Amino acid sequence: MATDHTKPLPVAQPESDHYWEQAANGKLVLQRCSDCGEAQFYPRVMCIHCGSRSIEWIESSGRATLFTFAIVHVPPHPGFRGDVPYVTAIVELEEGVRMPSQVIGIEPDPDQLRIGMPLQVVFDQVTDDVALPKFRPVE
Amino acid sequence: MPNVKRLKNLSGSASIVGVAESDSLGKVPEKSPLALHSEAALNALDDAGFALSDVDALFTAGWSTLDVAEYLGIQPRFTDSTSVGGSSFVIHVAHAMAAIAAGYCEVALITHGQSGRSDRAPIPRNPGAPMAQYEYPYGIIGPPVSYAMACRRYMHEYGEDRTRQAMAEIAVSTRRWANLNPKAYFHDTPLSFDEYHDSRWVAWPFHLVDCCLVTDAGAAIVVTTPERARDARKGGVPVLGAGEGHDHSMISQMPDLTRAFGRNTGPQALQMAGVGHKDLDLAMIYDSFTYTVLVSLENLGFCGPGEGPDFVASQVTAPGGPFPLNTNGGGLSYTHPGMYGIFTVVEATRQLRGEAGERQLETCDLALAHGTGGLLSSTGTVVLGRS
Ligand SMILES: [Zn+2]
Repeated sequence: MATDHTKPLPVAQPESDHYWEQAANGKLVLQRCSDCGEAQFYPRVMCIHCGSRSIEWIESSGRATLFTFAIVHVPPHPGFRGDVPYVTAIVELEEGVRMPSQVIGIEPDPDQLRIGMPLQVVFDQVTDDVALPKFRPVE
Repeated sequence: MPNVKRLKNLSGSASIVGVAESDSLGKVPEKSPLALHSEAALNALDDAGFALSDVDALFTAGWSTLDVAEYLGIQPRFTDSTSVGGSSFVIHVAHAMAAIAAGYCEVALITHGQSGRSDRAPIPRNPGAPMAQYEYPYGIIGPPVSYAMACRRYMHEYGEDRTRQAMAEIAVSTRRWANLNPKAYFHDTPLSFDEYHDSRWVAWPFHLVDCCLVTDAGAAIVVTTPERARDARKGGVPVLGAGEGHDHSMISQMPDLTRAFGRNTGPQALQMAGVGHKDLDLAMIYDSFTYTVLVSLENLGFCGPGEGPDFVASQVTAPGGPFPLNTNGGGLSYTHPGMYGIFTVVEATRQLRGEAGERQLETCDLALAHGTGGLLSSTGTVVLGRS
């Protein structure tokens, strides 16, 4: 468990408290509209698909596919100096939404990463209070 | 939706009469960002033959117009701090025209100044903002990482090797233009295809030379009525068409990573101007990355989706080629302080006036300037003509 975390940490807002609390519990949660049924990332007070304020929380299966990625060689922030090269990604969750993340547990090599490859969420406990949902290739 | 019929009435109702950079560009640690704004403003007013006291409207991005107006000692009667990234200043040209046509003001000053290289205190982002909350913790920070992910998706959809070749073509042709511009950072430094492919990785698929420069620089534009443009030192360059908009802020929320908002602003600007792609003599397209140019050409409608690599093949965009593109040397090789968009308008104006020196086009009657801001988030397009 890192106590000297020097990377930017999420600062939760009232509408995202639940998201980050659940991530710390090892759960990836999303919002779904009670009116139109569409899911959305990230948490908001309204539905971006129909404008409804009737929003419910659902737990994501954590199953995703790789939508795109980059392999970062020059750290864009001092906190990532020890991490390069690392793999940033946009993943597409089974629930139909895209979210930013990292792919871990794989060589940071363009030939190892395949767009469309199946991924599963894992939680990286970066401080005592904060866990980041990241993604690992499915064997 | 924009009312193109009414926009057509607006076409040509304002003219650019002054353009300039700050006194120095590149590494300028001895000047603050506001000093760069001010130098550029005074130089652009001088270019127009106008005085600071003529200015009654101020437009800027990054900084607030409050700060810039106070520093310049002016009290504008129309104020616009629209700040949507590097496209903002292209958008300001259109806003200035609308404000002038509506009667809010007569002499609009658009200023830019940034010490991208030497800034002592960059402006921080609210850590609760969605981008800081959901992307920064993963090291998805800043343009190279975000644009690289968009580029990788493009490669997936349209082919990696041909995309790579197109990026090399753009890097090399842009450098060749910079080699003709004495103000360009890389004026004296050629770039070969081999050097492109050997360049180190910043964020794969981006080599260092796929990425724009990070410099200190300022620029400014003066826009006024067609009547007052007649008294300007060099006459006026009429603003014929414009479009603006955005469809996301952070890259993970971009609806289609291969289709930026230029898909709307390009066609709108051309329609408003009543011209087609073939009528254009010059395209100034914000090149934050080689990929930005490739995707913008498609979005703007110069070619279809996925056709960009064929469109830019064989150095057609280089000096002497049939499709002059980014003749100042672009953000890649001339200057890029952070929000480069204003420089596309500066160069287009110079080419239309016939004052671009060694890089001057033989014919330049109609030019398009296109800015992209944020993380492929916003675009602003203008079509400029000759008086
Ligand atoms: Zn809904």
